[in-house]
Amino acid sequence: MLLILVLAPFAGSLAAICIPAHKGTASAWLSGSIALFCLATSAALYPIVASGKVLRYDVSWLPELGLNFSLRMDGFAWMFASLVTAIGLLVVIYARYYMSANDPVPRFFALFLAFMGAMLGVVLSGNLILLAIFWELTSIISFLLIGYWHHNAHARDGARMALTVTGTGGLCMFVGLMLIGHIVGSYDLDVVLSSGNLIRNDPLYTTVLVLILLGALTKSAQFPFHFWLPHAMAAPTPVSAYLHSATLVKAGVFLLIRLWPVMAGTDQWFWLVGLAGLSTLLLGAYFAIFQQDLKGLLAYSTISHLGLITVLLSLGSPLAAVAAIFHTMNHATFKASLFMAAGIIDHETGTRDMRRLSGLFKYMPITATLAMVASAAMAGVPLLNGFLSKEMFFAEAIETHKYNILDTLTPYVATLASMFAVTYSLRFIYSVFFGPPPQDLPKTPHEPPHWMLAPIYFLVFSCLVVGVLPALTIGPFLHTAVRSVLGDATPVYSLAVWHGWTLPLFMSLIALVGGVGLFFIMRPYLATSIEGPPFFRRLEGQRIFERVLVTLSWKWARSIEMRAGTRRLQPQMRILVAVALLAGAITLLSQGFKPATIVLRNIDPAFALIWLIGMVCAVGAAYQAKFHRLAALVLLGGAGLVTCLTFVWLSAPDLAATQLLVEIVTTVLILLGLRWLPKRIEDPDDPEMMTMSTRLRRLRDLAFAVFAGLGMMLISYTMMSREMPETISSYFLERAYSEGGGTNAVNVILVDFRGFDTLGEIAVLCIVALTVFALLLRFRPATESLETPEQQRLQNAFDDDHPDRKKGDSIAEYLLVPSVIMRWMFPVIGMLAAFLFFRGHDLPGGGFAAGIAMSIAFILQYMAGGTRWVEERLRIHPLRWMAIGLLVATATGVGSWAFGYPFLTSHAQYVTLPVIGKIPLATAILFDLGVFSLVLGATVLILIALAHQSVRVPRAQIRAAKLAAKETV
Amino acid sequence: MELVLSAGIGVLTASGVWLLFRPRTYQVIIGLSLLSYAVNLFIFGMGRLRVNAPPVLEPGGTGGLLTHTDPIPQALVLTAIVIGFAMTALFLVVLLASRGFTGTDHVDGRE
Repeated sequence: MLLILVLAPFAGSLAAICIPAHKGTASAWLSGSIALFCLATSAALYPIVASGKVLRYDVSWLPELGLNFSLRMDGFAWMFASLVTAIGLLVVIYARYYMSANDPVPRFFALFLAFMGAMLGVVLSGNLILLAIFWELTSIISFLLIGYWHHNAHARDGARMALTVTGTGGLCMFVGLMLIGHIVGSYDLDVVLSSGNLIRNDPLYTTVLVLILLGALTKSAQFPFHFWLPHAMAAPTPVSAYLHSATLVKAGVFLLIRLWPVMAGTDQWFWLVGLAGLSTLLLGAYFAIFQQDLKGLLAYSTISHLGLITVLLSLGSPLAAVAAIFHTMNHATFKASLFMAAGIIDHETGTRDMRRLSGLFKYMPITATLAMVASAAMAGVPLLNGFLSKEMFFAEAIETHKYNILDTLTPYVATLASMFAVTYSLRFIYSVFFGPPPQDLPKTPHEPPHWMLAPIYFLVFSCLVVGVLPALTIGPFLHTAVRSVLGDATPVYSLAVWHGWTLPLFMSLIALVGGVGLFFIMRPYLATSIEGPPFFRRLEGQRIFERVLVTLSWKWARSIEMRAGTRRLQPQMRILVAVALLAGAITLLSQGFKPATIVLRNIDPAFALIWLIGMVCAVGAAYQAKFHRLAALVLLGGAGLVTCLTFVWLSAPDLAATQLLVEIVTTVLILLGLRWLPKRIEDPDDPEMMTMSTRLRRLRDLAFAVFAGLGMMLISYTMMSREMPETISSYFLERAYSEGGGTNAVNVILVDFRGFDTLGEIAVLCIVALTVFALLLRFRPATESLETPEQQRLQNAFDDDHPDRKKGDSIAEYLLVPSVIMRWMFPVIGMLAAFLFFRGHDLPGGGFAAGIAMSIAFILQYMAGGTRWVEERLRIHPLRWMAIGLLVATATGVGSWAFGYPFLTSHAQYVTLPVIGKIPLATAILFDLGVFSLVLGATVLILIALAHQSVRVPRAQIRAAKLAAKETV
Repeated sequence: MELVLSAGIGVLTASGVWLLFRPRTYQVIIGLSLLSYAVNLFIFGMGRLRVNAPPVLEPGGTGGLLTHTDPIPQALVLTAIVIGFAMTALFLVVLLASRGFTGTDHVDGRE
């Protein structure tokens, strides 16, 4: 059930994305039904939760790391889940009428549902890491939701700011949660919740607290991180109504309450949380008075109310925690309805500026009445739900919890902030709905569609009912939630409207009267003043934020790049090699590496001679690579052949075969490439300037090279002269035949034991081949290499000189005998490839070698007959071969699922074919067939794409020809 | 045997690293190829050098490291050879494109 509850919104989100953009209503219906379904699910779970049980759903994910996908629902999580789904449902209904048909509505609902899912994930997570993941998800999706109107610069900036602030906080919180996991030894929420003393007494407690608070306070927009919330108002109003009433900003509060039993009560907690909460409470309320934007006022009031909850949590007393939970619910109800009302006003009049709005009561009496009740709840007027929790707050504020100045100050600040709350609530109502009729509004206001008001009806009705009959309506639910957080420490509290003439009531009265008075004093100023509170207007969090951002990401980054970075490849290479050398040297020396003593025995003179040639080739290639490219290529081939001989010598026939074949293909490839690389000719008359610095640089490079070479030599010698330790190789050798059905262990490893790795490798090969193909599609060769090569020019000149010859005859006759032989070789090489392929499982060979051999057959045809000749006669579709190869290899793997085995399990047996005889026929051979086909396709594709360049006419030349043709006409 | 091969690996590495520091793209390609030989041989050497050891099993039998060659480094190197070819091809094409695009074969795209 829990899993369905969390997954349903995400599934709905995916479905909503698929709905075409113009069918907005369909996506609204979809989201509505998903939200309703989730609400019904959580309602159905209530009896279990109410009985005090904790619902759990666990799936092992990475149990070794203590990371499990566990969902957990207790009373508190239930309360939040119901809040999230219920308000979600109402907002969906509202948004159905709010969103304009011109907007991509399905995207809105897709994001909305995804956000609901992430939020449910946060409240239902039973594992700290999982909680952090869902937390980050809410940050990211809220970024997308706030920036929904991404053509609007304000929306983009607001979204970015929200993401930066909450994302940074989220990162801190993640570290904090990991530290908790480290202290407790488990990430499981149940375990964490039962080890409060362990956490509070740990030396790391303060660090953990600061980190977690950074996460929670940024999310809940607490001072000094409050500045992102007003800017997030650029979002569509349904988003604001959802994010800033019941969900996103409440996530921070949720985390604080969730961890309250294990973290609260200490002095650090009291000071940090209390200071943040009190200043937010006061400043938020103060700023709210001076807003001219309706949504801005609501945003600051949200900040202030969140501050109130935070203060309650900071006190550390169980009764305060009850009040905090209660106020969380109340605030969600009245704030969601107020946001919706503000959205309606904006929607129907075209402006949210309170200086332009007035006297709307005549035009929209229902909306006005509803908004009035809701803002009265916000102001804490008796008989409404806001009054009850505010009353509890006052009662707690008077209590002495700690003997310090902050605690003494709390009741005064609370009354003052409450007074401000009355002022801004009154202002909201008075300036919008009363006064003279509005003038020159963008639209003529009227009541919205009935269904758009329905969610507000419902919310305001619940404000009233809870306010009048708290114990009968909200009581049991609140009790369930409170008991799951506080456990045995649940205090006795009474939810009644009338407690007698108590001090909190007097405080409420002072706030009410003072607030009304303050409003009438300030009215003339507010009616015309500019946006923002006096004195603080200049000190804008946003501006500081922007400045920090610019300094960090632009100025500092650039100066660091200027000083420490380089765009030149050579210094980077030097650093890379130097770091590699150092890393190798330090690790080896610190581990007590002793090179083995060099013994000059057992040296086979023939082997030594081969390697002498090999070394000469390597050094020669290094020496010649600048001016004599062909020579360098030949020498490189020499080194490759020596490598290949080494493999033969040291009992690795598979490697030798593959190396030999690859060597051939590489040489052909580079030869093809050399055609397009203009020569670099050393001028004997003007040798390159060998200045002192050049000499020094070369000497340094040489030193690097010699060090690297010596190091590699020492390491490999030491390693090779040691005893072979026990490795997993023996496992493979023992099982190659009995389980893989082949005697060639190398091939069995490739296609069977480690088949998945091979699948990945051929995929890489495929990607590289496609990249090469794509790069060559729009290839512009160097201009110097555009004309026909020297040899062809000579041959053509020869044809021109002899009247009995046509142009191109010499080229056609060139290498006549070899080319005939090459053509005949095609079937022979094809046969060889087949031979290599079929023996692969038992004897050296296999798909890799066979694929390359077959590609050589094709290349020979190209070399013998030329591109056009071959393509007239053979069907060459390397892209198709590659696709088939990848599909066959994957399908073989998937096929084993059909028989109930894991991916890529192979089945082996021998089959006797006529003429050929007994061959091993494991399903692995099918996989190997895929490898073969892909390697063949990739190699042929790369080579042919390069070879085709010589038949292609550069675009510039075509254009020139066209121009010439035009001119002659 | 071991000494010769490790000297060979050393020389291949040194030549490769030297070429890696050179300014011309072609030199870098040749250097990378030489380095890949060295690395492949190094990985191959992990299984120790065995002359005349059977690389395949008897049908129906099992093998062990005492009698047979080590298949794991061989399997690793086998795929490395093929991937090495693909990377050479990619570098070569990038080199050609960069030569055509910038008009120079310097690794930075300008002299």
